[in-house]
Amino acid sequence: MSVFSEVPQAAPVAVFKLSQDFSNDQFPQKVNLGVGAYRTDEGQPWVLPVVKKVEKIIVHDDRLNHEYLPILGLPEFRSSASKIALGDDSPAIQEDRVGAVQCLGGTGALKMGAEFLRRFYNGNNNTKTPVYVSAPTWENHNAVFANAGFDDVRPYKYWDAENRGLDLAGFLGDLESCPEHSIFVLHACAHNPTGTDPTQEQWMQIADIMMRRKLFVFFDSAYQGFASGSLEKDAWAVRYFVSMGFEMFCAQSFSKNFGLYNERVGNLTIVAQDADNLKRILSQMEKIVRTTWSNPPSQGARIVAITLNSPELFSEWKDNVKTMADRVLLMRAQLKAKLQALGTPGTWDHITEQIGMFSFTGLNSKQVEYMVKEKHIYLMASGRINMCGLTTKNIDYVAESIHETVTMVQ
Amino acid sequence: NNDVNKGVILSTVLCTDELIIHLIWCLYSSWWGGVQMGPPDPILGVTEAFKRDTNPKKMNLGVGAYRDDQGKPFVLSCVRKAEAIITSKQLDKEYLPIGGLGEFSKACAELALGADSEVLKSGRNITVQTISGTGSLRIGANFLSRFHGGPLDVYLPKPSWGNHTPIFRDAGMQLKAYRYYDPSTCGFDFKGALDDISKIPEQSVIMLHACAHNPTGVDPRPEQWKEISDIVKKRNLLVFFDMAYQGFASGDIDRDAWAVRYFIEQGHNIVLSQSFAKNMGLYGERVGGFTVVCNDAEEAKRVESQLKILIRPIYSNPPMNGARIAATILNTPDLRSIWLGEVHGMANRIIKMREQLVAGLKKEGSSHNWQHVIDQIGMFCFTGLKPEQVERLTKEFSVYMTKDGRISMAGVTSGNVGYLAQGIHAVTK
Repeated sequence: MSVFSEVPQAAPVAVFKLSQDFSNDQFPQKVNLGVGAYRTDEGQPWVLPVVKKVEKIIVHDDRLNHEYLPILGLPEFRSSASKIALGDDSPAIQEDRVGAVQCLGGTGALKMGAEFLRRFYNGNNNTKTPVYVSAPTWENHNAVFANAGFDDVRPYKYWDAENRGLDLAGFLGDLESCPEHSIFVLHACAHNPTGTDPTQEQWMQIADIMMRRKLFVFFDSAYQGFASGSLEKDAWAVRYFVSMGFEMFCAQSFSKNFGLYNERVGNLTIVAQDADNLKRILSQMEKIVRTTWSNPPSQGARIVAITLNSPELFSEWKDNVKTMADRVLLMRAQLKAKLQALGTPGTWDHITEQIGMFSFTGLNSKQVEYMVKEKHIYLMASGRINMCGLTTKNIDYVAESIHETVTMVQ
Repeated sequence: NNDVNKGVILSTVLCTDELIIHLIWCLYSSWWGGVQMGPPDPILGVTEAFKRDTNPKKMNLGVGAYRDDQGKPFVLSCVRKAEAIITSKQLDKEYLPIGGLGEFSKACAELALGADSEVLKSGRNITVQTISGTGSLRIGANFLSRFHGGPLDVYLPKPSWGNHTPIFRDAGMQLKAYRYYDPSTCGFDFKGALDDISKIPEQSVIMLHACAHNPTGVDPRPEQWKEISDIVKKRNLLVFFDMAYQGFASGDIDRDAWAVRYFIEQGHNIVLSQSFAKNMGLYGERVGGFTVVCNDAEEAKRVESQLKILIRPIYSNPPMNGARIAATILNTPDLRSIWLGEVHGMANRIIKMREQLVAGLKKEGSSHNWQHVIDQIGMFCFTGLKPEQVERLTKEFSVYMTKDGRISMAGVTSGNVGYLAQGIHAVTK
C-alpha cells in the first residue's frame, strides 16, 4: 500500500503542453506561436552574440571557479541589474535605499517578493491581504502568490475584449474600490498576454490612486528593452513610480532580453524608504532564500554582470536587444498589412498598437481550436500569439489561416 | 506597531503641536518599520565573519566547501573538460522542462540507485532536477506537505544540518527528533536511535543522512543500518534520505550509496535528495536531484505531474549550466573515470588531514581522546568542543567554525593543521 496511491494526476501546464503537441505534429507547415521565447527569421532560437562572447571569456578565465554565491546573489549582478531598471542616475539608488535579491528568473523574483510580503506586509503573516493580478495575466502569477500563502488572489479589470484595448475605467475603478493596502501586480511593459500597456498619462492616474489608497506596487518587468527596443522607454513606468516615492518591488527577468532563458537569471529590485529599512528587509530575504534554494546559480548572473559592467559589451547588448525588438515590430507590421490586404473581417490595428512579444489576437476558443487542429498553427486558448513565431517564410500561411478561421468559424 | 506605520492615525493623547509632528511622521512612515533585523545565517554567516578578519593565520572551517592542500577552491579537471565540450557544442539556451534536463535526471538516479537497479528498470521512480540539495529538500518537503497521508512530522537525527529545520517548517511540516549523536563517545548512539525510532508514530517521515552525516561525520555501520531498516519497516515510516556527499565519504560512490540501495532492496519506497555541490565541486551552479520511488510507473507519472505543479510557481524550470556539466561527466566514460578518481582524491586528502590533526594534538600534549576525529567520515568533524571553547578558538586564533563544534576538514591543509592543533589544544587543556 503506497503512501502516494491517492495522488491525483495533475493537468499539464498549458503552455508547455502546447509546445509538446507542436513537437509531435508531423504537418510540414506547422507553426508554433505558443511559448514566449524569441525566434530568428529562420525560426531558430537565438543565443545573443554578446552572450557567446562573454561565455567564452568566462570559460577561459582560470580565476573563476564554481564556489557558492552569497545568499542574495552576485553583488555586481544585483547592482547593475537594478540600475538597468531604475536608471544609472536614479536618486533612489544614490540615496542608498535600493537593494536586490538575485533570483531564479522572473518567477523566482516574484516568488521571493511574494514570500516576503506574506510574512511582513500589512501585519505579520497576513495571508488575507488581497493580491490583485490583471485580467488576463501571465498564468503563473496566480499560483506564485497563492503558493506563497495568500488566500485571496483576485483579478483587476484590464483587457477590454470588445474594443481590444485597455479597460482604463475598469482598472481605475478597481483601484478605487479595492481594500486599502491591497497588493497590485503591474506589468512594467509589454503586458503578457495582451501586449497592451497603459500610456504615460494613464500610468500617472494609476499611480495617483495607488498612492492615495496606500496600495502596494509590485512590478513584473520581464521585457525591458524587448518591447520598444529602448531600455529607458520600457522602464518609464517603473521609474515614474519610484520618483513618486513608493516603497515597491520590481521583479526583473533577463530570460528574454538576454536570451538566457534556461540559466534562470532574475533580480528582485527592492526600493525602500531608507537604508535602514533596506538592511532589515534584505536580512529577512536571506532567511527566505536560504530555505528555498540557499543561494542562486552563478553562470547566468556572471554573464549579465560582465556585460552590463563593460561599456563595449553593454553597447553590443543593446544592439542585440534592438535586433530582436525590431524583428518583432516588422512582423507586427507585416501581419497587419497582410490581414488588411486579404480583407479579413474585423479590425487589426491592435496588432501594431500592441507591444512586445505577444499579441492578443481576439480569436475566440473555437477559432483557436480550428487554427490548431485544422491549420496546425499552435497558439494559446486565449488567442495569444507569440509574434516571434512569425517569420517571413510562414507569415503568409498564418495570415491566410487567420483569414480562413475568422470567416469559417464564429 | 504596524498600525503606527500605516497612514495617518489620530492620537487623542498628544497635544496639538506634537500631534501635527506625529501625523507628519506617520505620513512618511514605512511599510517595513516593524521588520526586525534577521539573525545572520549560522553557517554562511561564519564565512562572512571570516572574510572580515584581518589575521593572516585565519582559518575558515565553517561552510562545507572543499579546499585543496593550498587552501584554494578546487575546480575538478573533469568539470573543466566537460565545460570545453559543452562550449564547443554551441547549444541554445531554451527553457528546460520543469523537471529539468532529462539526461541529467536519468544519470543522477542511476548514480544513486545503481545502473542495475530494479527501480530504474521498472521505471517506478520519478527523478527531477532541483536547485542543488536545498532545492531538492524543499521540493520534497512541499510535496510531502501537500500529499503525504500520514502525520506531517519529520524526524531528524539529533543533531542534523541546521537548514533542515527551517526548510521543513516553511513547507508546513512539524519537526521532531530521534537520538543520534552520543556526546560521551563522539560516536553513534545506536541504542538511543533504535529506541527512539521504535516509538515514532506510524507513517511519520524519518530523515536519514545517507553517508557522511552532517554535522557529526558519524555514520551507522552496515549491520546497524540493517537494524535501522528493520525497525523503520516495522513502524511503517516514510524514509527521506539526504545524500549530499556521495563519493565524498569513503571515496567510493557505490559504497557511499550502500544504505540507500539497501533500503530500497528491503522494500522501502524512499524519497531521496541528492546534491552535486561537493562531489563535483559545482557548488554555485546549484545541481541536485529529487527522487520519489513509487509503487509502479503509473504512480510515478502521477507524482511527476504534481511535482511540476509544485515547481512551476517557485522558479518555473531549473538552471541549465550545472546540470549540463554533471550530465556530460556522468555520461562520458572518460570523464566519469576522471571524476571518480578526483572524488577519491578529495576524500583521501580529508582522511589524511584527520590523521594529521590527531597526530598534531598528541604532539601538543593533549590528554584527550581524539580517536573520533579519525573514526568520523566525510567533510565534517564534530570535535566535541563546547560553545565557549569555540568562541575562544575564533576570538584568540581566528579559527572560524560553527558553534556546535563542527569543523569542515576540507578547510584544513598540511600547512595549517599544526596551527589548528595548537589552537584546539589551547582551548581544551
